[in-house]
Amino acid sequence: MTENAPTDHPANAAVSAGDPRFLTQDDLTVDTHQVVGPDGSYDADDVPDLDAEQFRDLYRWMLTDRVFSRRMVSIQRRGELGTFGSTRGQEASIIGSAYTLQPEDWLYVGRAWTPMFMRGVPMEDMILFWRGIEEGQQSFAEHNSQIAISIGSHLPLVAGLAWGMDLSGDDAVATAYLGDGATSTGAAHEAINFAGALGVPALFYCQNNQYAISLAADEQTGANTLAQKALAYGMDAIRVDGQDVLAVYEAVSEARERVREGEPVFVESVTYRLDAHTTSDDPTRYRSDEEVDAWEQHDPLERYREFLKSEGLWEDVDHDAIVDEIEAEFDAALEAANEFAEREIVEIFAHVYEEMPPELQRQYEEFVDLLDRRPEMCDFIEQRPKG
Amino acid sequence: MQATIVEAVNDALHTEMAADDDVVVFGEDVAESGGVFRATDELLEEFGADRVVDTPLSEIAIVGAATGLAMYGKRPVAEIQFSGFLPPAFDQLVTNASRIRWRTRGELTAPMVVRMPYGAGVRALEHHSESMEGAYAHIPGLKVVAPSTPHDTKGLLLASIRDPDPVLFMEPKRIYRSFREDVPEGDYEVPLGEAAVRREGEDVTVVSWGSMMPATLEAVEELDADAEVVDLRTISPLDTETVVESVKKTGRAVVVHEGPRSNGVGGDVVARINDEALMYLEAPVERVTGFDTPVPLLSMEDYYFPHPPRILDAIENALAV
Repeated sequence: MTENAPTDHPANAAVSAGDPRFLTQDDLTVDTHQVVGPDGSYDADDVPDLDAEQFRDLYRWMLTDRVFSRRMVSIQRRGELGTFGSTRGQEASIIGSAYTLQPEDWLYVGRAWTPMFMRGVPMEDMILFWRGIEEGQQSFAEHNSQIAISIGSHLPLVAGLAWGMDLSGDDAVATAYLGDGATSTGAAHEAINFAGALGVPALFYCQNNQYAISLAADEQTGANTLAQKALAYGMDAIRVDGQDVLAVYEAVSEARERVREGEPVFVESVTYRLDAHTTSDDPTRYRSDEEVDAWEQHDPLERYREFLKSEGLWEDVDHDAIVDEIEAEFDAALEAANEFAEREIVEIFAHVYEEMPPELQRQYEEFVDLLDRRPEMCDFIEQRPKG
Repeated sequence: MQATIVEAVNDALHTEMAADDDVVVFGEDVAESGGVFRATDELLEEFGADRVVDTPLSEIAIVGAATGLAMYGKRPVAEIQFSGFLPPAFDQLVTNASRIRWRTRGELTAPMVVRMPYGAGVRALEHHSESMEGAYAHIPGLKVVAPSTPHDTKGLLLASIRDPDPVLFMEPKRIYRSFREDVPEGDYEVPLGEAAVRREGEDVTVVSWGSMMPATLEAVEELDADAEVVDLRTISPLDTETVVESVKKTGRAVVVHEGPRSNGVGGDVVARINDEALMYLEAPVERVTGFDTPVPLLSMEDYYFPHPPRILDAIENALAV
């Protein structure tokens, strides 16, 4: 387990290097929690208490995440999506954490799409989202979930959701996924401090995937770790090996239990974005092939397979059959998304307010009338319901 | 040389960084990767890591630190990656950058530029498509510039960096690469606060700027009348005189912009025409704008911003009275 050992007094020379009057980052020892090592070895006592079906379930969801990203990148390249952000390399980080969440929890994610599927969102609706169709987000909302696009903007909102849960006495947690970049936003600092000060059931799950587009995590902050930032706001934190699905599961499970008790927690999951930021990004401009190759050797699925083999669970896993099933699910979702009905003009104007104000109604009617009178507008409007 | 708008941005930055050691360029992904639109390409290689800096993901600090740098005598050129990410830093524009001159009686000033691509139509995600110049032009003490051609982009950006006051430089990303034109090598300025008459005409005045200029110019070519087209170039301070003189000549006017209609810049242009040329008007002034809605996600964003037939329709309305 991680041992956070903050000095309770700056004069504690035993842990404070150099001038003892100053608190330094080196006063703090932040370990990285791990259950299964890169070589597949583990101590049986550290393995979380899951049954065989749950262990296989984790593998299946990780595979879902990998296949979904691969298929989405592929259809984007065929022009069937606007853009897409792959999660390859982060499967353990994403699945190990989301597997702890309950339906009554709220979830606001950055780079993590499969957690939506785990909550019951149809894959079709995630495709609609990446095609710029608002009904995708409507579907997420039906499952107490949203995707945050403006980095960090969702964090104060999650503090508020957690506050609401607290006020209502509900047994649930509000979970924010964020990235290393988001920890540099003003919103992150205000939200984490706010949640810590109020003691509301908020769980901040930070996937440190080493890059905010081109900026490496060690240039994002002068702090040694992201986990330690939480301490300054009176919040406990845990740093975990994000390529180790069992370590992530165990850390976030325990964090969730603490959060339920009104003690918000910050989790830093150390992982790696193997693919580009989005399909619009060219990562060769800012990182070396050698670095990416090195992280390819830390494939979270590979490491988990070693664990399943050691436990004698792998022989009941038909990897190829699972991949085939996920591919078939994606094919069906894509077909359903392709058949999404052509949208009406009113969709642009609907839902801005509960009741459409007269001026907006006028703009809508004038526009419909214009499209009727000026059919040549179609030459300029390339409606793209399929992205 | 022949250059696109985004290449003209890059050329202006190279030009001024070479001319003035106090110019510092910074923002998210501007250095090592050269910017997500490559607007800052090769600056790091040419001017080094002290003057071309990849910052943390911190819009508030980017704009606030630009203000501090400027107060200290540097010439910061900060980039906000997309206009939809400026709102967190709105506080820094309102509270600090725009009023440091006023609150110190000119003792301290903030000669700085915040550049950002704006507008819809590039198939990006939510919060990547806004045209909120109306909100920013509402801040006293802040200048707001929106070029529409490569030539003006370079000249206006050079003038903005040298301007004694803070400038929000809004780059029309939908037309970043849509055409090339001749851009002079080296140094020249296009003055802030001066509109350009893009096309002279007698029958109707069409006022626009930035991302809407190509569609506006395309629309007037279809017209069975002689339109005068005014490109504001600077939204604030706005060149009232050029607009009013044109309207006095034509007696009719249409304003075209991409942002929402209500409380937009178009309303202010109409008010200035009413103030100075009401008795010359033959017809009500028309506005062609984005709707009073968020910009739709990419599947329907093409409906949102005005296209030539919509602009043409409004001009014909103005001429019909």
